[in-house]
Amino acid sequence: MPPPSLQLEIRDLAVRRGPRLLFEGLGFALSGGEILHLQGANGAGKTSLLETLAGLRRPAAGQVLGLPEEGGLHWLGHRNGLNLNLSVLENLEFWCGLNGAGAAACQPALERVGIWKLRHRLVRTLSAGQKRRAALARLLAQRRPLWLLDEPLDGLDRQGLELFAQLLAEHAAGGGGALVTSHQPLPAGLAGVRILVLNP
Amino acid sequence: MNVILAVLTRELRLALRSRMDWLLPLLFFVMVVMLFGLGARPNDPVLAGFAPSILWVGALLSMLLTLDRLFRADYEDGTLEQLCLAEAPLTLTVAAKLTAHWLLTGLPLVLLAAPLAVALQLPAAGQPALVLGLALGTPVLSFVGGFAAALTVALPRAGLLLPLLVLPLLAPVLIFGAGAVRAALGGLDAAAPLYFLAAVLVLCITLVPWAAAAALRNAFE
Amino acid sequence: MSSWTWFHRLASPPSFFRLADRLAPWLGWIALALLAYGWINGLFFAPEDYQQKDAYRIIYVHVPAAALSLSLYVGMAVAGFVALVWRMKLAESALIAIAPVGASFTALALVTGMLWGKPMWGAYWVWDARLTSELVLLFLYFGVIGLWQAFEDPRAAARACALLAVVGVINVPIVKYSVDWWNSLHQGSTILKMGKPSITAAMAWPLFASVIGSYLFAGYVILRRLQNELLQREAGTAWVRELMGKSRV
Repeated sequence: MPPPSLQLEIRDLAVRRGPRLLFEGLGFALSGGEILHLQGANGAGKTSLLETLAGLRRPAAGQVLGLPEEGGLHWLGHRNGLNLNLSVLENLEFWCGLNGAGAAACQPALERVGIWKLRHRLVRTLSAGQKRRAALARLLAQRRPLWLLDEPLDGLDRQGLELFAQLLAEHAAGGGGALVTSHQPLPAGLAGVRILVLNP
Repeated sequence: MNVILAVLTRELRLALRSRMDWLLPLLFFVMVVMLFGLGARPNDPVLAGFAPSILWVGALLSMLLTLDRLFRADYEDGTLEQLCLAEAPLTLTVAAKLTAHWLLTGLPLVLLAAPLAVALQLPAAGQPALVLGLALGTPVLSFVGGFAAALTVALPRAGLLLPLLVLPLLAPVLIFGAGAVRAALGGLDAAAPLYFLAAVLVLCITLVPWAAAAALRNAFE
Repeated sequence: MSSWTWFHRLASPPSFFRLADRLAPWLGWIALALLAYGWINGLFFAPEDYQQKDAYRIIYVHVPAAALSLSLYVGMAVAGFVALVWRMKLAESALIAIAPVGASFTALALVTGMLWGKPMWGAYWVWDARLTSELVLLFLYFGVIGLWQAFEDPRAAARACALLAVVGVINVPIVKYSVDWWNSLHQGSTILKMGKPSITAAMAWPLFASVIGSYLFAGYVILRRLQNELLQREAGTAWVRELMGKSRV
């Protein structure tokens, strides 16, 4: 079943962090199949923008239109969202339980990111790259039209970067949209990448 | 239902993985009672009169110890973001988490209270009221304490603030709980304070998860 | 609806600031007059109480303080509720403006209660219903103030304090009921009541004036604190700069 088509539009957005106004008057659009690479210096507000789009933060002004309804986006933050004292599989099962994804979705997702044989290892025993892959597995456990990824490339080795590029390309090909923040350039070979630079 | 099961399973697994963390409040409870015993004359009959107070305050302080950890680990490893964004309503997830906290911390304290009461020479007439009162009151401690923990989850040094927030809110629980035991010992009606505890419990279960969820979302502002 | 636009305009910080500036002096002066009448009369000219002699005179400070301690907590909770539901910045500032004032009146009620207790029961502190409830209330206030100071971001602080105040206000009647029950548990022991002296008109009028005067005084202090809070929160905005420019500092 194809995911519902994505038509995200940001109008005149202003985001505040504490008393500081990070930026205002931001506007752009994102459709299904597009990948937006968000760049900017540290402190420019990339993470805060992503958090606002995800709904974790309220914008100071402006509108976010076309967000997929409940359960329509995947969020991958700075921190992996994995509990260190649980195994890889246990973490993913917990996420599936909260999001109405069947437990059967765990195995294919973990196999796709290449850590199925690590599934019973506690997360605290994994390397940074392996932890990132475990976090990426969430994206595959349930298909959702919008991906919001904050510094997803951190800690990934060359193979990990290739894997990430494949996942992103498949997602876009399937009609999904993605907003990715990264200091590094995105892996080569990704088509249809637009770049948005936030200046503080 | 799936959600509640998922949360309970996770909390249980985490408790099993770090058994010492789970045992600590229980050991603390025993230690508090022991210290009160050591501070009094050996076999002092007056101790029995203070037993309800000692047991209730001990249970309260033991649960207080566990509150800071309730949401902090989730906040720090990014799980809290996932909880806020999950399909399951945050209120439900929080309610399940607080229930798990009670099952892992409050319930063992209730079970420990009976033998400790004997150690403090509490007459048998007061023991049912004690255990029943604790069974009704410890969930309130979990829920209200969890609310305070949610309020302070993003604060770096919440440690000393938590007791200040929680203890005034729990004053009625202590009054009714210890009072029920003393009423039973004095031959008076212990049912009234216990009913009131039950009413407070129902109020908490229905309202606190929503407030705690709102407090958790506030951590991201 | 025009009445809603009036409400929204009132809630904007600059217009409220101007309103408070006009209102506050009135509250202040009337409060001063009422308190002067109430206290001078109550403390010096009202007749002695039959049972308590002169000791009862503390009620001219204790009763208003106790009434205010409760009213201000409720007011704070209402401000918190408005701040949560409508995200009104003014309500957030009002919440934090009220808290220390409420705490001070609670402390005053406690101290005067203790001073009253000494001649009545021979002890400064007794675990009676009223004093104990006031003490718990004081800690509820401290919780709000402590929580406010622990946050860096004032908006996040305000939301957290609003939640705490709303939960706390539900707790207040529960505390009162529990403490009353606790005190009545052992009917055999001496019933410690803050026996109100039978009030004659000569006593009642100064008391009435003291209560109203105290409320107005609290209102004055809160308005001034609220103005301060608004200036701090909105420092750097156009209306604050204009205000600072106009005043001769």
